[in-house]
Amino acid sequence: MKHLDRVQNPHGDDKVIDACSIFGMMDVSGKRFSGEDITRAIANMHDRGNGLGGGFAVYGVYPDMADAYAFHIMYMSRQGQSETEDFLKDRFDVIRDEDVLTRATPRIVNPPLVRRYFLKVGQHRPAEQSDDDYVVDRVMHINTCIQDTFVFSSGKDMAVFKGVGYPEEISEYFCLEQYEGYLWTAHGRFPTNTPGWWGGAHPFSILDWTVVHNGEISSYGTNRRYLEQFGYHCTMQTDTEVVAYAVDLLVRKHRLPVEVATTVMAAPLWSDIERSPDGEQKLLLTLRQVYGSLLLNGPFTIIIAHNGEMIGLTDRIRLRPLTVGTKGDVLYLSSEEAAIRLICPGLESAWIPMGGEPVIGMVGMPAPTCETLATVMRK
Amino acid sequence: MTQTEKVARIDAAGIYYRDLNARLREMVNNGASQVELVNVCGQRYIGTNLNRPAEIAIYGTPGNDLGAFMDGPRITVHGNAQDGCGNTMNNGEIIVHGHAGDITGLSARGGRIFVRDDVGYRAGIHMKEYGEKKPVLVIGGTAQDFFGEYMAGGAVVLLGLNLKEGERHRAKFIGTGMHGGVIYLRGSVDSYQLGREVGGATLEEEDFNTIRKLVNEYAGYFGGDVDEIMKLPFTKLVPLYLRPYGRLYTP
Repeated sequence: MKHLDRVQNPHGDDKVIDACSIFGMMDVSGKRFSGEDITRAIANMHDRGNGLGGGFAVYGVYPDMADAYAFHIMYMSRQGQSETEDFLKDRFDVIRDEDVLTRATPRIVNPPLVRRYFLKVGQHRPAEQSDDDYVVDRVMHINTCIQDTFVFSSGKDMAVFKGVGYPEEISEYFCLEQYEGYLWTAHGRFPTNTPGWWGGAHPFSILDWTVVHNGEISSYGTNRRYLEQFGYHCTMQTDTEVVAYAVDLLVRKHRLPVEVATTVMAAPLWSDIERSPDGEQKLLLTLRQVYGSLLLNGPFTIIIAHNGEMIGLTDRIRLRPLTVGTKGDVLYLSSEEAAIRLICPGLESAWIPMGGEPVIGMVGMPAPTCETLATVMRK
Repeated sequence: MTQTEKVARIDAAGIYYRDLNARLREMVNNGASQVELVNVCGQRYIGTNLNRPAEIAIYGTPGNDLGAFMDGPRITVHGNAQDGCGNTMNNGEIIVHGHAGDITGLSARGGRIFVRDDVGYRAGIHMKEYGEKKPVLVIGGTAQDFFGEYMAGGAVVLLGLNLKEGERHRAKFIGTGMHGGVIYLRGSVDSYQLGREVGGATLEEEDFNTIRKLVNEYAGYFGGDVDEIMKLPFTKLVPLYLRPYGRLYTP
C-alpha cells in the first residue's frame, strides 16, 4: 500500500485513489527517440499506481543486433544464473552477454540481477520447429523449471525493462534516457489481486509481443487453461500474462490479422452480432465458437505492441479509460489525456475511441485518425 | 470577465493536485471571485469542496473528477476535460470548451454542465434530483454507450451538432437502468440503441421551452444559431419504471 502517512494529508482522509496507468507512443515513420518523454508522461499519472510495479517496452532498440533474440533475464540467486547460463550455452549460440545497465536509485530496493543475452538459434533447433517456436519453448522451460530465474523479454530488436517501483523510478534505475526506439509503451501498477514483485510488473512479453494493461481479466482461468494446451505456461502470478500469449497464438501461430485477433479478445456483444450483415455475422460467430476461450472478460484497457505495430484496445463496454492523440507521424495512447499533452503541447488531435474498437499504429502507414478508424469499423 | 476586479492567477505547472486545490480553496475562501489556473496538466479534483460563487478559468487539461462535490463556483475549461467531470456536484457550473471523458456528470445532484463537443461512456450516470435541485448536462457533440445510465433525475441534452449529414448518434444502451429524469436527443435513435428501462415520450410545449432555454445558453457559451439547432426534431426519453430492479433480489 501507499505510505499515506508520508503524504501531507490535511484532510485526514485515507482514500486510496489508485488505478493502473498505461501509455504508448510510436513514430510511424520509424524515427527513434529516447525514453525521456514517455517517462515524463507516465510520471504525470503517478497517482494511478502505488509503487508496486513499473515498466517499459521499447522497439527498434538494438539495431546492431536486430537479428538476434535479446533475452533479458532476472536472477534472484547466483545458482539460478549459473544454471540458466549453462542452459543457454547448450541451446543457443550466445553472441553477446552483459549486465543490463543500472544506476543506484534510492527507492529501488533489493533489485534482482538483470542480464541481457543476444542469442541465435543456429543449428540448435529440431528441423520441424521454427526459430520462434523453439525460443518460446526454451523461455517456458526456464520460467517453469529453473529456480529464481525469469526471462521477461525475448524478442528481436526490442526490450522490456520492469520492476518494483514507480515507473519513473524504474526508468531512472535502468537509465532509459540512454535507449532509443520508434515505439515505447509504459505502465504504472496498482496490483489488485496479485503480489507486487519484479516479474509481476508490466509489460508482459513473449518473443517481441508486449502487453501493458489497466483492469482485471476475470477470464484468466479459462484463458490460461486454453493456452496451456498450446504450450504456454503462466508463471508470473498475474492475469495480464495471458494476453501476451493469446496474441502470440492468434497472430503469429494462427496467422489471424491483428483486427481479427482483437475481435476474439473483445468480441462484439451477441446483440451486436445479431444485427451484423450476413458475411460478417458468420465470421463473428465462427470466431466466438473457435476462440471463445480467449475472450477477455472483465474491465480492461491494453496496449499491445510488437515490431512495427502498436494496438490500443478496451473492453467492449469500456470500463477502463483510453485516450488517443496524434501529431504528425506520432501516435499516442494514454489512460489520461493530460499525460499526452504534457509531452506534446502541440497535439493535433485527441479523441476517445469506442469500446472494443482497436486503435492501430503501423510503421510505414499514416497514423490513424478518428475518421479513418470509424470508417474501418463500419466497413 | 470584468476588468474592475483583479484576477488571481496560479501557474499550475508541476504543482501537485493537493497543493493546487489547497491554494485554490484558500483564495476562494479569502474572497477571490476570479481565479485563472494556467498550465493545468492532469491535476485531479480541481474546484472540489468550494462552496461559494467564484469564476475559475482553467487553461490546459484538468485531471479526473473536475469540480467533484463542488457547491457554487463556475469553472470554464479552455481545453478538454478528462473522466468524472462534475462528480457528485451540488451547485455551480462547468463549461468545457472541448470534449469530456467518461462518466461526465456522475451522480450530480445539482448544478449545470455544458460540454461543447463529445462525451465518453456513461455520461449522466446516476444524476439525481430533489425538489428544486435538478442537475443539467448539455452536450454539443455526441455520446458513447450507456448515455444516461441509472439516471435518477435531472435533464441531459444531446445535440449532435458535429454529426455529419446522414450520420446518427452511435450510442447504445441509452438510459439503461434509468428510473428518473429526462433525456432529450436532437435527431433520432433506433430502438435497439435504448436500454430496456426507457421509452420515447411526446414532447410537450414545456419540453421545448426547457430545450430552447438550454440551447440558448449553449450558444451563448460556444456560439451557434439557436433557431437552426431547434429545426431538427428532438427525441424525448423517459424511464418506464420507477424501480426497474425492484424485484431483482426479492422474487
